[in-house]
Amino acid sequence: MPTFVYMTRCDGCGHCVDICPSDIMHIDKTYRRAYNIEPDMCWECYSCVKACPQNAIDVRGYADFAPLGHSVRVDRDEDKGTIAWRVKFRNGTEKNFLSPITTKPWGTAIPQLADEPEPSQEMRESQLLFNEPKYIRFDDEGLHTLKSNKLAFKEGVCY
Amino acid sequence: MFTSNPFAELSVSIPPIVMQTYLTVMIFLVLGGTLFDVIHKGSAKYFFTNFRKSRDQGSQVNFSTKASLAVQTIASDVLTSSEFCSLKRRIAHLLGMYGFVFNVVATFMMVMFYTAPNSITPAIWPQIWCIGALMVCVGGFWFWFFIRVDVSAEGLSPFRLVRADLFILSLLANSTFALIWAYAQSISSSWAMLFLGFYLIATTVLFGSVPWSKFSHMFFKPAAAFEKKLSVENGSRNNLPKPADRSNAEDRDRHSMVLLKDAPLNMGLGIKREKPNHY
Repeated sequence: MPTFVYMTRCDGCGHCVDICPSDIMHIDKTYRRAYNIEPDMCWECYSCVKACPQNAIDVRGYADFAPLGHSVRVDRDEDKGTIAWRVKFRNGTEKNFLSPITTKPWGTAIPQLADEPEPSQEMRESQLLFNEPKYIRFDDEGLHTLKSNKLAFKEGVCY
Repeated sequence: MFTSNPFAELSVSIPPIVMQTYLTVMIFLVLGGTLFDVIHKGSAKYFFTNFRKSRDQGSQVNFSTKASLAVQTIASDVLTSSEFCSLKRRIAHLLGMYGFVFNVVATFMMVMFYTAPNSITPAIWPQIWCIGALMVCVGGFWFWFFIRVDVSAEGLSPFRLVRADLFILSLLANSTFALIWAYAQSISSSWAMLFLGFYLIATTVLFGSVPWSKFSHMFFKPAAAFEKKLSVENGSRNNLPKPADRSNAEDRDRHSMVLLKDAPLNMGLGIKREKPNHY
């Protein structure tokens, strides 16, 4: 389901260009609006769709499993901390979903990298990434696994 | 320079009728180019198809509501460029838009009515002309070197030229050379005619390249903004979900929203995405 841009709604702000993990959202050379340069490489992560402040990006379903007439659109509202989905089926059925953007307490999931000390020469030459032992708690009694923490996977969706 | 009509001074070497004919040709080039653009791209057809699709999906909107939406579109989207999500871009666009309008209106008035040998130009017109050109230069160069998405989000050099730059570059060249020419002429510099030539080339490119440039965006952008407002009013919202309202019990008490039950209504900066300025 590659993304496409409604050119009349796009204002060419570049948010989608910046956020696309595949780097396939680019700025058109004729109209200076965003477009998907390689739909085959789009993995439908919806990052650009959610990031677009103008809601100018939509996702086109492949005709074999998403026949014409359906619609899946999303509105991510950072101020309210919500993400809303509206799914319209081809037969007219409509479903609306509303969820929090994240389940972390607000403001706690931002790594304060600027406050961390600079990596030492030893860390630079190490194969580990910056602060990796600390962040995966490897320096605290080895690698933490479900087993070492006496945990196990549970079946189904748990809250 | 700020108080004298540069076209009146020019009428010593170029007859007023030639200037007026050139101006008329430019007006017809814009009209013809825009019509060609509308027919060639099918933009009017596209908007009417979208209007019909939106009308069929949503509820009926009466004439008075449509008129109110049209007024809102003019007041918000056309006059204050509210479509831009970036404040910097909005300010740069407003400077460029109003500067261009001031400059064009003042040019029209000075060329059409105050180029005769014995006419006296009111000081306000040269002032509007200069201020307009300066506004275009400030907004345009700010946009060109710093705000333009090719530079700020794509990380490309500000000097890489593509077809999308035709409009902004010809507009900037028009205003810049207009000011340089007026200044050179006011100090009786021998370079004045050279800069007049550059000014005329830039003007001809600006108004003559409408079918290939972004000049006609000013005609379809209001239509797009009106269509967007209409789709919100009739409930179809271009298939987008309705905005969440956590002050409303229906949204707040949903099972999926239980984690936000005691969270503040405005989440603040904790989850704001960074602006795309990573280059």
